[in-house]
Amino acid sequence: MSVSHRPYTLVAELTYRCPLRCVYCSNPLDYAGHADALDTAGWISVFRAAEDLGVVQLNLTGGEPLLREDLEPLIEEARKLDLYTNLITSGIPLARERLARFRQLGLDNVQLSIQDVEPAASDRIAGLRSFERKLEVARWVKELGFPLTMNTVLHRDNLDHDEEIVALAERLSADRLELANTQYLGWALLNRQALLPSRDQLARARVVAAAARDRLRGRMEVLFVFPDYYTDLPKACMDGWGRRFIVVSPDGLALPCHLAHTLPGVTFENVRDRPLGEIWEGSSGFNAFRGEAWMPEPCRSCDRRAIDFGGCRCQAFHLAGDAALTDPACSLSPHHALVERARADAESPAVSPSLTYRSRAAVVPQ
Amino acid sequence: MIATDAKPRLAAKARLRFDRKTSRYLLLYPERGLELNATAADVARLCTGEHTVAAIVDQLVEKYADRPREVIERETLAFLAALADRALLQDTT
Repeated sequence: MSVSHRPYTLVAELTYRCPLRCVYCSNPLDYAGHADALDTAGWISVFRAAEDLGVVQLNLTGGEPLLREDLEPLIEEARKLDLYTNLITSGIPLARERLARFRQLGLDNVQLSIQDVEPAASDRIAGLRSFERKLEVARWVKELGFPLTMNTVLHRDNLDHDEEIVALAERLSADRLELANTQYLGWALLNRQALLPSRDQLARARVVAAAARDRLRGRMEVLFVFPDYYTDLPKACMDGWGRRFIVVSPDGLALPCHLAHTLPGVTFENVRDRPLGEIWEGSSGFNAFRGEAWMPEPCRSCDRRAIDFGGCRCQAFHLAGDAALTDPACSLSPHHALVERARADAESPAVSPSLTYRSRAAVVPQ
Repeated sequence: MIATDAKPRLAAKARLRFDRKTSRYLLLYPERGLELNATAADVARLCTGEHTVAAIVDQLVEKYADRPREVIERETLAFLAALADRALLQDTT
């Protein structure tokens, strides 16, 4: 296996089910059509195969991974494999005793989502009364001796609260704070008009985050992820297609990213049908956008092609209609006007647009 | 800069793991990892809260007898500073 294509992280999406209905959920719009097809033994064999390929980091996520009743044996196996295991959760539903068991079984880190700093605003984004319960879970996490990552997805309604978000993370003694601007795909793309911030909002929030990062250096890691809609350069999505990450969806598809299975014309294989190592190495899906041979201009001759890998394939498809195009976030993309238009709309929002909550009802993408 | 009489200890979020693929140690923490060279791995292993920085340097000097103490000390302090910067050391004050 070539060294450049070693996976380091397995993202195990244990289920798409979730009690929350976040308006920027990163699960596909048709999530309800993807059942939990892997049982405990199925996931354990995925973990083993991934570790064998070189994976050292395991993200247990979803949907809401707590809805899996077999999280305990999965954590136990991950520990046996010496994987660094991170539970990415809304904290609901969770009892302190269960969290304590996770600790005994060797879970390494808990990443808790908190939508905003004030109950009404937070619950509005989550579509569920959950804020106070989340704070309680955060306290348990620290009491039980876990490191805590607090993750807040940023958008136009909470960006101006970022100082308070930092203060909340400090109060909760978070070890890492992720201030991650919304990625405008899936549910977030449906809600983009309501969520996309203005340039001024972002500029101000970035200054606040930078100051917090300096002030808290050595105590809390503060990460601020700028939205690619405003960078004019595409992000190195997933550190490049099929380079570092394997995502396995609840129904067992092995994917290069969370939404790769929304791309038409790219075939992905199921870990129930073929060994993960073979899928990683030889499947048409994982090889579709590896390397540079697939790249169109302006990527093909660009100095940054080994830095950003042409950006996000899903964004290219969902904005411009073809996954093999340059990411429209790039100012050199012939489709960059799509992003510029969205930015212009964000500067002069009309009436506050309504939010589409994640739900099983069929949603027709824009 | 960390004091030579401090007793550094890895933060709760950091975990050392031997990597079969490269025969090196990785220091893993949420979403990230550092690939350590042999000396750095020795330092990280000794960050248990029991050894002073000076004692860690002593041990390395003994192990790497062909290398000058001042170089080992400089590298050790730089590595510990890099760890502290990433919040990978518990508060040693």
